[in-house]
Amino acid sequence: MSVQTLEVNTEPAPEPKEERVTYLNVDHSLKSWLLTLDHKRIAILYMVSISLMFVLGGAAAAMIRLELTSPHGVMLSNETYNKMFSAHGIIMVFFFMVPSIPAVLGNFCLPLMIGCRDLAFPRLNLLSWYLFTIGAIVALAAMLSGGVDTGWTFYTPFSSVYSNSNVVTTIIGVFIAGFSSIATGLNFIVTVHKMRAPGLTWFRLPLFVWALYATSVIIVLGTPVVAITLLLVVVERTLHLGIFDPALGGDPVLFQHMFWFYSHPAVYIMILPSMGVMSEVISAFCRKRIFGYKFVAFSSIAIAVFGFLVWGHHMFVSSQSVYAGMVFSVLSFMVAVPSAIKTFNWTATVYKGRVWFTAPMIFALGFMGLFVVGGLTGLYLACLATDVHLHDTYFVIAHFHYIMVGGAIMGYMAGLHFWWPKMTGKLYPENWAKLAAGIIFIGFNLTFFPQFILGWLGNPRRYHIYPEEFQVWHVLSSAGSSILAVGYIIPLFYLLWSLKYGRNAGRNPWGAVGLEWTHVDSPPHPHNFHEVPVVTWEAYAYEPAEVEQERYDRPDVDEEGAMWTAPGSATAGEKS
Amino acid sequence: MIKNVPLVPEQASSYATQMDPLFWVLVALTVFFAGTVLTLLLFFAIRYRRGKQVDRSNAPDEHQFLEITWTIIPLLLGLGVFVWGAKLFAGAFGPPPANALEIFVVGKQWMWHIQHSNGVRENNELHVPLGRPIALTMISQDVIHDFYVPEFRIHVDVVPGRYTREWFTPIKVGRYRLFCAQYCGTDHSKMTGWVTVMDPADYARWLANGGQEVPTAPKTMAALGADLYVREGCAQCHDPGAPGHGPVLTGLYGSIVTKPSGEKVVADAAYLREQILTPADRVAPKYQQIMPSYKGQLTEEQVLQLIAYIKSLGPQNPASAEPVPISGAKPAVTKVKSARGKSADKGKSQ
Amino acid sequence: MSVEAIQPAPQELSEQYEDLAQQSEAYVVGMWAFLVTEIMFFGALFLAYIVYRTAYPEVFRDAHHHLDVVLGTINTTVLLTSSLFMALAVHAAQLGRKKAQNRWLFLVMLCALTFLVIKGIEYHNKYVEHLIPGSSFQYHSVAEGEGGQAPRMSAETGFAVPQSIPRDKAQMFFVLYFCMTGLHGIHVVIGLIVMAVLAWLTSRNSPLVRDYMPVEMAGLYWHFVDIVWIFLFPLFYLIPK
Repeated sequence: MSVQTLEVNTEPAPEPKEERVTYLNVDHSLKSWLLTLDHKRIAILYMVSISLMFVLGGAAAAMIRLELTSPHGVMLSNETYNKMFSAHGIIMVFFFMVPSIPAVLGNFCLPLMIGCRDLAFPRLNLLSWYLFTIGAIVALAAMLSGGVDTGWTFYTPFSSVYSNSNVVTTIIGVFIAGFSSIATGLNFIVTVHKMRAPGLTWFRLPLFVWALYATSVIIVLGTPVVAITLLLVVVERTLHLGIFDPALGGDPVLFQHMFWFYSHPAVYIMILPSMGVMSEVISAFCRKRIFGYKFVAFSSIAIAVFGFLVWGHHMFVSSQSVYAGMVFSVLSFMVAVPSAIKTFNWTATVYKGRVWFTAPMIFALGFMGLFVVGGLTGLYLACLATDVHLHDTYFVIAHFHYIMVGGAIMGYMAGLHFWWPKMTGKLYPENWAKLAAGIIFIGFNLTFFPQFILGWLGNPRRYHIYPEEFQVWHVLSSAGSSILAVGYIIPLFYLLWSLKYGRNAGRNPWGAVGLEWTHVDSPPHPHNFHEVPVVTWEAYAYEPAEVEQERYDRPDVDEEGAMWTAPGSATAGEKS
Repeated sequence: MIKNVPLVPEQASSYATQMDPLFWVLVALTVFFAGTVLTLLLFFAIRYRRGKQVDRSNAPDEHQFLEITWTIIPLLLGLGVFVWGAKLFAGAFGPPPANALEIFVVGKQWMWHIQHSNGVRENNELHVPLGRPIALTMISQDVIHDFYVPEFRIHVDVVPGRYTREWFTPIKVGRYRLFCAQYCGTDHSKMTGWVTVMDPADYARWLANGGQEVPTAPKTMAALGADLYVREGCAQCHDPGAPGHGPVLTGLYGSIVTKPSGEKVVADAAYLREQILTPADRVAPKYQQIMPSYKGQLTEEQVLQLIAYIKSLGPQNPASAEPVPISGAKPAVTKVKSARGKSADKGKSQ
Repeated sequence: MSVEAIQPAPQELSEQYEDLAQQSEAYVVGMWAFLVTEIMFFGALFLAYIVYRTAYPEVFRDAHHHLDVVLGTINTTVLLTSSLFMALAVHAAQLGRKKAQNRWLFLVMLCALTFLVIKGIEYHNKYVEHLIPGSSFQYHSVAEGEGGQAPRMSAETGFAVPQSIPRDKAQMFFVLYFCMTGLHGIHVVIGLIVMAVLAWLTSRNSPLVRDYMPVEMAGLYWHFVDIVWIFLFPLFYLIPK
């Protein structure tokens, strides 16, 4: 019906520029974050929690290295020093290393990589984060209200009878966090088995998924054992029973067997995801399928299986029988082989690749340099004759820090930088990131290489006071740790900076292949995919170099999207 | 300055001479493999960097033969190292030779008690003769410790409730550091000592002199008590200004003390013996009951030595002494009773 | 379990799943993975049991006489029966027969309660006999109990078996007994609560249980709890003389 109106502009109003709905902006309320079921938000929640724990664990480390600049200690009493290294170990192992990659990068990327909308059990995922946080609060409360001085290994009968510190509270915190870990592992296993997109067979999966799967199997099998073991320590301590107390008929070495049954596989929980990240990063920045895909995939499974058979190598001198020692030693040599296979395959991937030296790639190269040394030095400890000398010395500390920090944390940093654009939609400043990577690499080596020498000389672990002749190496190590600390603080700044001021990343700034890059926006929509992809291509399906070279000669990031096409992606062009 | 920076520990045992070559082989393997892999990695990364025109045709992404080769070779090398290590280990951890000298070690928080077969005892020191296998039989009195001598390249955990054995053959005269190498609590890093390897003749003489370099007159009981006072940890609480805050013992012997029941007694030898051995009867209500019981840990001979020492600290004449208030009780004396034979207060604990 | 031929109960699909089959399969895989963690959880205690039984066989032989085999057998029967009821409850759930499902669930809960009551009686008896580990623990060897008995000869060594069982080693048996049956009991209680909640939700026609899967999962859990008891019972109650 026509209405008599004034002369007005009847042109339709211009469409307001629509902001794309992402998992970040869909709801800004606190409640939507704390009660989220979105795996991506849970990943961010985890990232915040574990970063906090890393800072606390790192602060303890700084205190340790400061103390050790002098052979007589600087300002701490023996007891406080003991509480410091215990805090460092407990926080770093249970509240940083074990969750880090699986709970942050795994939670975020797993559904994206396999083409589903969320994990199998989103509520369980949220519960996992709450359990982690509660466990962390309980453990931190124990640390702050007097601390615990048993070391993260809680050896009996010291922890169950003699220690005068907050053993029970700390163990309760760790126990709760253990269930958080089990929940994540369980979720991942079911997700990988049942939620893969159509066409995505096992051998088309990214290797990161294989790594997460193997990790989850270890978590699910191993964590309950340490949970019960620690619970028995609490029972013994509070009720004065004799499970591990020899004065009451118990066996203190039984504790070690039960503890290490989990804690050795735990180190594989800490390194396998990082190896998975390595496969993703190296593949993306060499633009090549990982060399020996099946071998790398199966090596993850082999590590998970063999990892359960070697716990006794922590106990060669514990009064374990000589024959048991031999069995564990030979198995320990065998478990090293799959890791070696991976490093050879990664190196071979770089051959005839198109190497792009981005920050994730630099971190990955750093991983290689450090993990190789760490892994090889493990052989000295697997070998019975040399372990008899090196056991419980700084050599062991250097070995596992090369793997945990030099390996796993470098991998975490590589993954964090690699997927940062996907998670946040922003690019971090490359040059600062490369600088941080370099500083970390140098600082790390200066910190931990002298410790190999200290261990060889016989400096035992967990020593607050040490012989004066060792001071030179300790001072070098402490100097290195200050550089390492700087290296870790820098990313905190530029990553946060990038959230506000970073360049928009676009869907696929690296031009990488993988569902999370080709089919998911940056940052992703709450439901990840606009439509579920049907996968008909192999993993890492990069086009051969000569094909790409002909078609594209733009070396730089295209702000709008993929710089090279990838099969199945929304911007896929003609295939040659 | 470089000369003073330690890099390699001395080889003071036969095991060290056997183990070190294996260690250096491992070092060589480490350098070789790390060097090869990392050099190749860097070489490839630089040669095949993006933008560089180089032949990338037929880039392989698998090669079965290569995979098998680089699986088998490290495995074989690893097994070779394993066998070498296992053989050495079986020798070092098997039974000691028949002519081994037996020495006994008790580890406790936070010191080492060592006993030689002829009765000579040492604390935090171990003297051994050169060239003869030494077999240590060890046990812990409390938590797990570890008897570690880096220059011998050997250590074994010292476990409560069971005996463990460690044996080695010293090959060089000298003094070598001894460490506890299994975390055992607060003073773990102070639980250190020295192992002295002596010429057999010197050792024999040392042993015959009761563990001294030269024969000396036997110590007085008070002096032995003074040693015990430090060794058993009494000083940690009872020295003036000690962090443990126990009552100071100077002037205690022969003074009048007030029991929790209000009864006043003379602090004589029987009283002191009771105080050392029986926790339930501790006087000094102002002090927390944290003094451990020494029952079973001190022989009667040692208790007498301690009492002699405490006696040496203060007034000798019981009756003429002014009462020394330990608990802050009023100094007026109402009843003076000797603690001898008194059992009525045993039930009352603080 | 094949339910295609029977009328299936109507089910609810969660957002992250493509179809009902995927959802159901995910639940099943998830529950089995969870049961694996439970096996490892109990497994650690079974390991401790094996270690100490191997170390002190005569202690275990003696100490187990203090357990009531009759009550234990009754409990075993009760749990086995409850598993039967549980299977029937799951079957009813699959057919969408809510009332039947709840009836069977109530029977399972009744069995669980009976089990717990009997366990409570056993624990109380242990308390009265001073066999709760801790400072009040007192042990009287069964062999010692009959005074004047001729010493038992050991077949392996040919020597007389020492009559007195050390208190601390006997205490170890009871530590393991209480830890393992206690942990099992906690799992029974959890199962009881889960079933009560399921029955209640079903009676209110809550959308959460429109699906038969929750009951099936509870069924798997309950069978596991039953199986753990099948292992515990002979290990503690039926040690051969």
